[in-house]
Amino acid sequence: MATIEISGVSKIFKDAKRKADVTALSNVSFSVKRNELLCLLGPSGCGKSTLLNMIAGFDRPTTGTVKVDGQVITAPGADRGVVFQQPNLMPWLPVWENVAFHLKLRGAQKAQRRHEAQRYIDLVGLTGFENHFPAELSGGMNQRVGIARALLMNPAVILMDEPFGALDEQTRMDMQNELISIWERHKGTIVFVTHGIDEALTLGTHVAVMSARPGRIAEIIPLDLPRPRDITSPRFNDVKRHILDLLRHEPAAAPSPLQTADPS
Amino acid sequence: MHAILRRGRPERFIVPVLILAGWEAFSRSGALPPALLPAPSAVAWAWLDWVFGIDGNTQSYSGRWIFDVMASFWRVAAGFAIATAMGVTLGVAIGWSRFIEVLIEPTLQTLRPIPPVSWIPLAIIWFGIADKPAIFLVFLGAFFPILLNTIHGVKTCDRNLIRAGAMVGGSQHQLLRFIVVPAALPSIFAGLRIGVGSAWMLTVTAEMVAVKSGVGYVLWDSYYFLRYDIVIAAMASIGLLGFLSDLMIQAVARHMLRWQQGTTLQGVEG
Repeated sequence: MATIEISGVSKIFKDAKRKADVTALSNVSFSVKRNELLCLLGPSGCGKSTLLNMIAGFDRPTTGTVKVDGQVITAPGADRGVVFQQPNLMPWLPVWENVAFHLKLRGAQKAQRRHEAQRYIDLVGLTGFENHFPAELSGGMNQRVGIARALLMNPAVILMDEPFGALDEQTRMDMQNELISIWERHKGTIVFVTHGIDEALTLGTHVAVMSARPGRIAEIIPLDLPRPRDITSPRFNDVKRHILDLLRHEPAAAPSPLQTADPS
Repeated sequence: MHAILRRGRPERFIVPVLILAGWEAFSRSGALPPALLPAPSAVAWAWLDWVFGIDGNTQSYSGRWIFDVMASFWRVAAGFAIATAMGVTLGVAIGWSRFIEVLIEPTLQTLRPIPPVSWIPLAIIWFGIADKPAIFLVFLGAFFPILLNTIHGVKTCDRNLIRAGAMVGGSQHQLLRFIVVPAALPSIFAGLRIGVGSAWMLTVTAEMVAVKSGVGYVLWDSYYFLRYDIVIAAMASIGLLGFLSDLMIQAVARHMLRWQQGTTLQGVEG
């Protein structure tokens, strides 16, 4: 059963100032099955973040529909956990309150929130930092808090928008390993937006390669590479070469005035 | 408060001591008749009698300081409390809802440039000569800074935090209560600090004209009796009270905004 169904989705941004409409996505269709980890890979400006925002419900397609578990998405909701590019934590709340923010909105008692939060704080390896404020933690630690906040809702789908983009290489690899180990233990459907080929090939059960202007899916590649994945193995490099070929057929993603209207 | 009252840092006393010493020397030099510019020592003496009733040199005010201060303080507290309640509530509504903004902001912005003291005639006609006109004036003075800062705080709330709140399932009302208002608190406190300054200015103004008690009344009354030492003691009292009210607000802010410590210049200092 497909958890996420994207059918015939286009997105046109009206640019009133320049009297030019920008087609961010053109007739995109694909589906993500339960417990798959789909990486949306593409150059900047290909509409991958726009696509993710539509699954999250922050944005609506101009045409076509986005469905999660058979429901057409029209608004954000706790059934879809989002991990943002920036951690987007409430700076006035300590770590545990940020993690349990969902429960606070549902009116749960403090003791229960504290207890539930602890589980997920331990899970992402932040034990001992429960009472720190976000400003007192590093970027990588804050991103873990954001992941714990999304996991605590036990959502059907987790959407991640280049969550490790702002981290250094070492921290990023640690976080990737941790994400995979959490996903292997708990399962769940994940859509992960990235512009890093290695990252997509390290994480995904599938990689959807996107092309830019207008954004569309060039190819969806299933990956059956064994885990933990060796980014220097020949098979890894075969797939990587194939993806590079796909992307090379693209005009180089040089900055164009059109791209400025695309938030991705 | 700790930053101000912290021990050490004796350099904080240099400027006040120099001013007082220069003033004392100038007064005693005889360049002006002492009655027109009393020396700090004379002011201190009058002030001490006003506060503690030492030798009765301030006559009917002797030992009455605390009552005068409490009369003014109560007016400031009442007007400021009403201004805070209304300014924050309306500010959040205007900042959050475009409809409410269009509905009432033009009216408020037209009323805002009218100096609060120009309301004194109407305030006396409406409320008589007592606490009420003073409270009304205090309210007018404190309301607009609190309102404008609240609107600013709400409007500059990070959109991504609201997205994050919607993502974890927040309703509009919850987003407002749990995200927008806490995010606006630093701005709101900036408004409260400006507002409390205006509040003291206006309570003193009102007491000079429309009320028969309080520090402002003592100031004006002493002027009629040519007691400039009491006038200056009253001025100093107002300064002190304004300073202390500001410290109180800062202490509350430091507690409520402790998450900012270490992220802002002020946080590092405090």
